[in-house]
Amino acid sequence: MTAPEQPVGRVRFMNRQRVNLDGFAAEDPELGLTALRSPHDPTPSLVVTDGLVTELDGVPEAEFDSIDTYIARHGLDLSVADDAMAIPDVAFARLLVDPAVSRHEIIRLSAGATPAKLARVLALLRPPELGLAMTKLRARRTPSNQAHVTNRLDDPLLLAADAATAAAFGFREIETTVPVLADAPSNAVACLIGAAFGADGVLIQCSVEEAAELELGMRGLTSYAETVSLYGTEQVFTDGDDTPWSKAFLTSAYASRGMKMRVSSGAGAEVLMAGARGQSMLYLEARCVALARAIGAQGVQNGGIDGASVAAAVPSGLRELMAENVMVMMRNLESCSGNDALMSESDMRRTSRTLPIVLAGSDFAFSGFGSIQRYDNMFGPSNFNAEDIDDFLAMQRDWGIDGGLRTVDPARIGELRREAAQACRTVYAHLGLADFTDEHVDLAVDAAGSKDLGETDTLAVLSAAHAIRQRGLTVVDIVAALDECGYFDEAERTVAFARARLSGEYLQTSAIFDEQLHVLSLVTDPNDYAGPGTGYAPTPERQREIDAIRQARGVDDLRAVQALSQVSLLAVVGPARPGRDPRDVVIGVSPAVGRDVWRCLSGLAVTDVLREMLAGLEEEGCVGRVVRFNDTVDLGRVGLAAARLAGSGIGIGLQGKGTALIHRRDLAPLANLELYSVAPTVTPALYRLLGANAARHAKGATPDPARNPYSDEAIEARYHTTVIALMELERRRMDPAVPPEELSLEGLT
Amino acid sequence: MADVSEVRALSGKPVEGLTVEAIRAGEIGVSDLRIHPETLERQAVVAERHENPQLAENLRRAAELTQLPDDEVLAIYEALRPGRSTAGQLTALAGSLAERGLPRCAALVGEAAEVYARRGLTA
Repeated sequence: MTAPEQPVGRVRFMNRQRVNLDGFAAEDPELGLTALRSPHDPTPSLVVTDGLVTELDGVPEAEFDSIDTYIARHGLDLSVADDAMAIPDVAFARLLVDPAVSRHEIIRLSAGATPAKLARVLALLRPPELGLAMTKLRARRTPSNQAHVTNRLDDPLLLAADAATAAAFGFREIETTVPVLADAPSNAVACLIGAAFGADGVLIQCSVEEAAELELGMRGLTSYAETVSLYGTEQVFTDGDDTPWSKAFLTSAYASRGMKMRVSSGAGAEVLMAGARGQSMLYLEARCVALARAIGAQGVQNGGIDGASVAAAVPSGLRELMAENVMVMMRNLESCSGNDALMSESDMRRTSRTLPIVLAGSDFAFSGFGSIQRYDNMFGPSNFNAEDIDDFLAMQRDWGIDGGLRTVDPARIGELRREAAQACRTVYAHLGLADFTDEHVDLAVDAAGSKDLGETDTLAVLSAAHAIRQRGLTVVDIVAALDECGYFDEAERTVAFARARLSGEYLQTSAIFDEQLHVLSLVTDPNDYAGPGTGYAPTPERQREIDAIRQARGVDDLRAVQALSQVSLLAVVGPARPGRDPRDVVIGVSPAVGRDVWRCLSGLAVTDVLREMLAGLEEEGCVGRVVRFNDTVDLGRVGLAAARLAGSGIGIGLQGKGTALIHRRDLAPLANLELYSVAPTVTPALYRLLGANAARHAKGATPDPARNPYSDEAIEARYHTTVIALMELERRRMDPAVPPEELSLEGLT
Repeated sequence: MADVSEVRALSGKPVEGLTVEAIRAGEIGVSDLRIHPETLERQAVVAERHENPQLAENLRRAAELTQLPDDEVLAIYEALRPGRSTAGQLTALAGSLAERGLPRCAALVGEAAEVYARRGLTA
């Protein structure tokens, strides 16, 4: 019964799916709600008079706003401008995906192209073409990944444990931030200490207000910055309390203290601030990216960032986000490719947003994979979070690609978390910052998130942070404390890292440190993709790391698990003889049953299954025997052979995995009377019913056929690997020379 | 890759001197952790060779800024934010930076003075 205005059940059902929690915006260029192109985007143009730009994308010099001015004066290579602007958009777009055209050539031409030109070109690329362009154009050959490490309480011990965990998982940059601004110095120190336990050479950032962030960097407590925001219109830029010149200066200020830095932009920011001037997200972002290059930043974090869900709300929005990343690469800059804001309530949509970038490979696939749980992410939930780490590791393995992460042995995670939390506690105590209890350390080690810590003393964190700031503690003080507290290796690591930074090599485009403290960058590890067989491929060692997820199981693992269920039943009593009694029903079992296979996929013991079948036979007045057939692993043949041996002419076949059927001596092997095909879901009651039905067949009575239990779970995904291993155990026991053996019923009846 | 043995910290000490032993002996100060302007100049040359003259220019501005104390760097940043300074103040700042041997930073601030006046970004 539905009210006339209510949609039918099928639609109501669709309405209830999580994707319908997402907002979808009608495309509206006037509001800037358009991804790739707007009628208000300018036609690309570049006029150069006496070596100076006098018109940029339709705007004459006299009307240049501050962004136009900065780009016009500093952002373009005018020596290639004529060439770049003369290439038709489609021809330019084809260069991006043509493996015969080098990255170098694209970089050279793009330097002379205006923002509107690059926006037009990139709007032409379809999704697989964007992927190919990304593979070819990213600056660094080796892809990498960045983690968020934060928590609701700014708890230092948990931050240290989580930073160690993130570093161990392979993240090469760790970005922290604070719910309470004044806690920032403590978060930076806790992450610095923690990361030193997880791996060598992990860059640390504490994202706070710009002056405060620079101050942490100046003291060596952090080693990079990325929240230096750029916007595509002058109004929004000014509302953000900066200008291109202040940002250019800030960029140099970071470099002057030897700190890596990238700027942050991305679709949606202007729309959210009602300042998009009716222009497309891609064009406005093109201005940001051109400006990023003009002010001398080595890289850009974009791909929506905080506005990702705005882009995702409009048609082709995800294409726009990826195009932004590729544009950064075309400008010869490091791409830190977004994916750091949860852009959908739907697992499928958020995977669809991220996967193409992970497959193509970016300098950083995420500008913040939430290595902690969603609720602890003080940037807001990332598109992938701790909830998704195993998914991500599986996806890397599925596609055979390097997303920058690796599996860590569970015992190792436990050790690292304890070392890091304990060291953080010891250093805080040594420096007189705060005293934490043994219990607090234990809780932080075991915590899956800050909710597991219970009530903590957040004022202690605040006072520790205050002390770090007031006393002007630097990385030297932290190293000294680590050293004096006996953490010699970590003190050494932290100093070695400070030393490595002084060479300035990591100020080059796309720089990270590897775990031997070598810089990998545009300079030292340039992307050399030129079609299949070229470019980055994981080393065999790295590939093994990617492939060896902790859930992988082989035949030997299964054999060991099965052996745990072995019982002293099912002994061989002798060769199996044909039965004469019309009530005789033979239960035929497969070769490994009672030897290597003891437990079915349902979790039931094989002996319990046999017990149920025998009881079912007995209920209907028949007598069961158990015979092992050694010449086949095929259930139909086992069942048929059992039927031919039985006095009644009815047999039951049972494979070790739990698949079972009823057979009759005059049928073909693949024809059978009843089959339980979904072994994992068969219950004891169903096996008893199978026995009873076999007996009814034997007596010529009417059986009560069982229905296979229904499941909407991914039964095949869950069990197929086990089935393969179980069948291999069966096959290894197969020996056509060994005749059928009657097994003891002792303990079964 | 740069030969680490050539690299010095802002203090002038060779980078190899930055060790746990030296820290233990109390011999390391903040200027031993700071990057040297020559290092930035060397990296600027590398950036130029890798088709990024803007990054090179940034690193050269940074080399100039190594001689300014942290507070002053932050003060200049603040002065460049919108609505903080008059064109005259920015021009004066540019002049002082030029006099003190920071010509690239001076040019940046001088250009800001001109554009801010035109675009209404001055105080």
